[in-house]
Amino acid sequence: MDVIADNLPAYLQGFSLTLRLTLYAGGLALAIGLVLAAMRVSPLRPMRGFAATYVELLRNTPLTLVFFFIILVAPRFGVLLPLDFIGFAVVALTLYTAAFVCEAIRSGINSVGIGQAEAARAIGLTFGQTLNQVILPQAFRTVIPPLINVFIALAKNTSVAAGFGVVDLMGTGRRLATANPGGVTWVLVGVALGYLVITITLGAIAAQVERKVAFTR
Amino acid sequence: MSSVLYDSPGPLARRRELVGSIVGVLILLGLVGLGLWYAAQRGVFDADRWDVLYDPPKNQTAANVWRSLLVQGLGATLRAAVFAAPLALFLGLLLALWRTARLRWLRVPAIAAIELFRGLPVLLMMFFGFLALGMPAFQAVVFGLVIYNMAIFAEILRAGLASLPKGQAEAAYAVGLTRSQTLMSVLLPQAVRTMMPSLIAQLVVLLKDSSLGFIIGYAELLKSIQNNSQYFGPQYLVALFTVGASIYLVVNLSLSWLARWLERRTSRTSAPARDAEMVAMQASGSGIVSADT
Amino acid sequence: MRSRRGAVALIAAATLALAGCGNGDDADGGTTDPAPDAGETTEPAETTEFPEGSTMAALAEAGTITIGTKFDQPLFGLVGPDGVPEGFDVEIGRIIAEKLGIDDDGIEWVETVSANRETFIENGTVDIVIATYTINDARKELISFAGPYYEAGQSILTLASNEDIQGPDDLAGTRVCTVSGSTPEQNLVANFPDAEVVPFGTYSECLEPLKNGQVDAVSTDNVILAGFAADDAELEVRGEPFTEEPYGIGLAMDDDEFRDWINDVLEEIYEDGTWTAAWESTAGTVLPTPEPPAVDRY
Repeated sequence: MDVIADNLPAYLQGFSLTLRLTLYAGGLALAIGLVLAAMRVSPLRPMRGFAATYVELLRNTPLTLVFFFIILVAPRFGVLLPLDFIGFAVVALTLYTAAFVCEAIRSGINSVGIGQAEAARAIGLTFGQTLNQVILPQAFRTVIPPLINVFIALAKNTSVAAGFGVVDLMGTGRRLATANPGGVTWVLVGVALGYLVITITLGAIAAQVERKVAFTR
Repeated sequence: MSSVLYDSPGPLARRRELVGSIVGVLILLGLVGLGLWYAAQRGVFDADRWDVLYDPPKNQTAANVWRSLLVQGLGATLRAAVFAAPLALFLGLLLALWRTARLRWLRVPAIAAIELFRGLPVLLMMFFGFLALGMPAFQAVVFGLVIYNMAIFAEILRAGLASLPKGQAEAAYAVGLTRSQTLMSVLLPQAVRTMMPSLIAQLVVLLKDSSLGFIIGYAELLKSIQNNSQYFGPQYLVALFTVGASIYLVVNLSLSWLARWLERRTSRTSAPARDAEMVAMQASGSGIVSADT
Repeated sequence: MRSRRGAVALIAAATLALAGCGNGDDADGGTTDPAPDAGETTEPAETTEFPEGSTMAALAEAGTITIGTKFDQPLFGLVGPDGVPEGFDVEIGRIIAEKLGIDDDGIEWVETVSANRETFIENGTVDIVIATYTINDARKELISFAGPYYEAGQSILTLASNEDIQGPDDLAGTRVCTVSGSTPEQNLVANFPDAEVVPFGTYSECLEPLKNGQVDAVSTDNVILAGFAADDAELEVRGEPFTEEPYGIGLAMDDDEFRDWINDVLEEIYEDGTWTAAWESTAGTVLPTPEPPAVDRY
């Protein structure tokens, strides 16, 4: 127990890094995922194909492999990003999470009644107008809970960065576990509490939103 | 849905799209080609960086290398998943049933366990087994996978049970089945069937997550790629990684396609297929399955 | 590889010969027969040699031993695609097994990483750990150490072109890569607070970032770094070692009988040249041969 109290500053530092990784990667993945989702429903076949392939590939690749590729393999191809390991972690997490964001948004778009799109098209709106002014605003509400679930997954997935040069919450726990061989259990309980703060908060928000959405629908 | 968002293309649009497609594909191919050319300039494709796959140095045989990748590496990955999946399914089923207990105070521990373990990274649970419980790497990987996935499976089954029409339970009670009979012989079989795509999607996640064993030093596929590149030298990393990533994709894509095929089959016969798709999607994000579907 | 195997066989033969002589019986068993047969023939004799109920007797009786070692440490314990580790630690393990009358087939190699060595000994996953395992007081509270059989020291590896880092004093403000859960990591975190310590899973993973300039240095035991520097002209070891890392053989807490016996074995192989031969066939291929350290019977 004392282990947690004694190392509170280290925990907080790790926690804030985990939070930052989640925020940065979450924001970027949201942007890229949105673009991918638009591509997936677009009239242009190559765009649809590209987005579908991307999502399929990334969803079936372990995140560990993405990290491994970006940090250890890509430089051998001459792809060298001017980033530190936190930056690499954000890139890996973004590329991976974007695929899931895309899927969440696409399922949200699909959940909007087909009559909405038909009506929009009937009054002469273009693809862009239909998507932006009719479908997405309605999809937005239904898309929030699954999106939050994707971000919860992201928050947990940031822990993989601990294996690749980043001292986040997980990495801090690992380091403290080495320094306190007798108190490993408590060290890891401290780490667990940190993750629960993020995931349970996000989960509660998701449940709240979901209740609201279910009500208004 | 997407087909209603725009007019079905006429002959002119189709021609334009064809031209656009060709241009797009050409640009993409051009970029890939440029990247490959750039890499080739750096010697990435020289034979002496790939011979590890057919004629390895250091007096090792190609058979040894492939055996270490396929038998030991992939074998260890699959072994972890094969041990963890049934255990997680079984415990998840128990938790899901426990959760249906009528008394609130009986239900609470199950709910707490599900919520707790869903909210923690798999890697943390592997570390817990590895460092706190002192398990060997294999057991720690299985431990982490089981603890996490049983919570997810329990949640998927709960969602499956919740998606069933009320009439099912009412009819079962009406013909005089007890509570447990109703659950076991009427509700659960339907819930499992409805949620089959989600369950399989989660199995893909489980398989993918076994690669986290790399971080705690379990000798799975990624680790065997690394061990080989360490043994033979980093110049072989690209070749070994290419093989390893391909193996992962082949295995995971086959499983994903199986899940989708099953989903199409079930969606023909049962109503709440849309829910199943949503849950599958969320579950495969390793995410918390949404609480209310 | 082939020549290394040859060396190993030589050592094995020499060890067996010695074991045979020591016993005074079965003198022709060890020297001429191939290793597996030799192991079988000497086994009964060895068993009777060990005190009743001792760990040595139990292991010799079983004919198998489980040894924890690193699988990713060039020169000390590095596994090939055939799944058999090679290196100095591995040779020491083989020698100890031979002395117990256990042949190569009877050794089960288990990968131990820095973080799990004590637990593996405590819960009996392995019988002994020979894994670049530094003897220190914190660990002595959990397990017992035989040895040391080698004295290393933490040092710094950097790019040959990097003139800014000449020794540990220059680490402030730099990024230093090391393995998470290792002694060097703890030492860096505790004693070089101004350096940013970047943890990876293995030391070889540090090399790519070092060459790409994402970290400035790699720090761990000098022998490990020397192995990397020997493989790559771009890399250089800088400064003198700034810690003492006596490598010991980890075994169950307070198994003094077993510990004394291993210490006897170590002193014996220091004397008869087996230790030197083991070194020269492994780490000695790129590093000079040191004097064996004095065994510490604490």
